[in-house]
Amino acid sequence: MKILVCIKQVPDMESRFRPNGEKTWYDESDLAFRMNEYDEYAVEQAVQLKEQLGGEPEITVLSIGPERTVEAIKKALAMGGDRAVHIRDDRHYQKDPWQIASMIASYAKGEGFDLIFTGMQSQDRGSAQVGVIVAELLGLSCATTLVGFSYDGGTITVKRELEGGIKGVAKLKLPALVTCQLGLNTPRYPTLPNIMKAKKKEIASLTPAELSGEAELTATAAIYPPAKKGGGLVLEGEIGVQVDRLMGILKEKTAVLR
Amino acid sequence: MKALLIGEYRQGKLLDTTYELKAFADRLGADSVMLLVGSEAELPKYDGRLYLADAGAYGEYNPDLHKQLVLQAVEKEKPDCVVFVHSSYGWDLAPRVAVALKAGQVSEIVALNEGAYEVNACNAKLRRTVTPRSGRCVLTIQAGAFSPSGEPQGTPQLERLELSGAPSGIDFVGYEAAEQKGVDLSKAEVIVSAGRGVGKKDNVPVIAALADALGGELGASRPVVDAGWVDHSHQVGTTGQTVSPKLYVACGISGAIQHLAGMKKADFIVAINKDKDAPIGEIADVLVVADVMQFVPAFTARCAR
Ligand SMILES: Cc1cc2nc3c(=O)[nH]c(=O)nc-3n(C[C@H](O)[C@H](O)[C@H](O)COP(=O)(O)OP(=O)(O)OC[C@H]3O[C@@H](n4cnc5c(N)ncnc54)[C@H](O)[C@@H]3O)c2cc1C
Repeated sequence: MKILVCIKQVPDMESRFRPNGEKTWYDESDLAFRMNEYDEYAVEQAVQLKEQLGGEPEITVLSIGPERTVEAIKKALAMGGDRAVHIRDDRHYQKDPWQIASMIASYAKGEGFDLIFTGMQSQDRGSAQVGVIVAELLGLSCATTLVGFSYDGGTITVKRELEGGIKGVAKLKLPALVTCQLGLNTPRYPTLPNIMKAKKKEIASLTPAELSGEAELTATAAIYPPAKKGGGLVLEGEIGVQVDRLMGILKEKTAVLR
Repeated sequence: MKALLIGEYRQGKLLDTTYELKAFADRLGADSVMLLVGSEAELPKYDGRLYLADAGAYGEYNPDLHKQLVLQAVEKEKPDCVVFVHSSYGWDLAPRVAVALKAGQVSEIVALNEGAYEVNACNAKLRRTVTPRSGRCVLTIQAGAFSPSGEPQGTPQLERLELSGAPSGIDFVGYEAAEQKGVDLSKAEVIVSAGRGVGKKDNVPVIAALADALGGELGASRPVVDAGWVDHSHQVGTTGQTVSPKLYVACGISGAIQHLAGMKKADFIVAINKDKDAPIGEIADVLVVADVMQFVPAFTARCAR
């Protein structure tokens, strides 16, 4: 079995963000990057399936991005991926989900993957499109927002998370693509020996020029910090003073404290 | 401008979010037609043409077949845009339709801005305006962002849609209900919720102690539940409980839309966050900029006095 896991490297969401010079995306300087949270569940699920099948499947990790993206790729390899493909693209942030998915599909086309895992969305762009578009371009069955996954004899059974805590259960025959939601599993931390082993794994490098290029279907007109509605009171400073002020406010404004 | 609105139906019921699609079309100033894979027994109030396909025949979740039905309606109506709610149904189906039409998709629109669509980026710390570059586009709207102005009215003119023998790679098995056990937060007057910023499981009792001191219940954000620090029955949000307490205290919670959806009806919201720019600050009545593990014990001690 051949498995592909698509991952993205994103900034820590607790960072401060400001627009870049072109006003098309955020400025990357001073940001700390890590693997997109949803993708960690995708990597983990692929590795668990490999373990279930006695180590037979080969797991390829794919990521599009600049030089720094190698760090996220190495983490996925240390979690249990076998090999990786890095599509080096410094202009990745200018591409829309259609272009990104087209690059992935263009790579995957001749490779004959039986199963593709992606996160349900990225934490920075949040379009929730890339996985589904890849599936459509490759003609694969697809299910999104997985909180449950099991494999048996060429068929996967998935639990999709719906609103209000309900789950939808469906079966798909391979080849298929699934997108992973938070809580699907518990992503493992790479151990030191596995980090060392990962250093020896192959990371093939491709350029966008080697893949089929598509024109964008949507464009970012502007990016900006949202207008602050304000209104709320911000308490900063010394803890003791904050405690006193909050106490006063709650006594005055709510019936909760007398 | 003409919009094809894709209504939602689940477990035999029309979903209320369907009405937000019409409200969005009105804000766009677009004429609209609707499509629903549902049942004649559960039609939306809608003053226009409604393409109805039978959920009995095409399944409530069968995106391969539903895509074909949407494409049929697109063929007949030639709309400028196809609009979905950004829900488990919409985000699954919309990109399939977009690829088939080779149309650009804009996901989770929160507002309109002079012909462009506004969407959030980076957990709502940034906003983008996006413009489609394809003639026809696919749009998904954030649930709750476009509320209908009045009571929905009208009787739709029905047109039936049918498919002949389209194949599907997905076999829908059924639904699993949400767990019913555990706490009912919907009646709590005070909820103190732990978010990822609490740091580790061992710190959760510190938050629970504040809930106790205020005579309330412990709530939690999703990562805290996923990590197994707190049972799922305490989760607040779209996939947890919807609450409306007199006081909601969010401890180390960033304020992601899915969390806000569950708690923004609280009468008074206090957020404790070390990040002054955390999106929760946008809806909090008071934002305490502090480390939760320093502030909460001090505040609990003060409440107990
Ligand atoms: C389909 C879907 C459904 C979802 N349903 C839900 C749902 O029902 N409920 C839900 O909650 N989420 C839900 N989510 C997840 C949601 O998008 C967010 O990931 C989640 O709410 C984030 O939880 P958090 O705020 O606790 O963590 P984070 O976003 O990681 O935020 C942690 C916050 O803590 C602050 N912090 C860190 N350390 C400290 C400290 N020492 N002191 C003070 N502050 C600190 C940080 O500044 C940050 O703001 C859903 C997501 C999807 C895609």
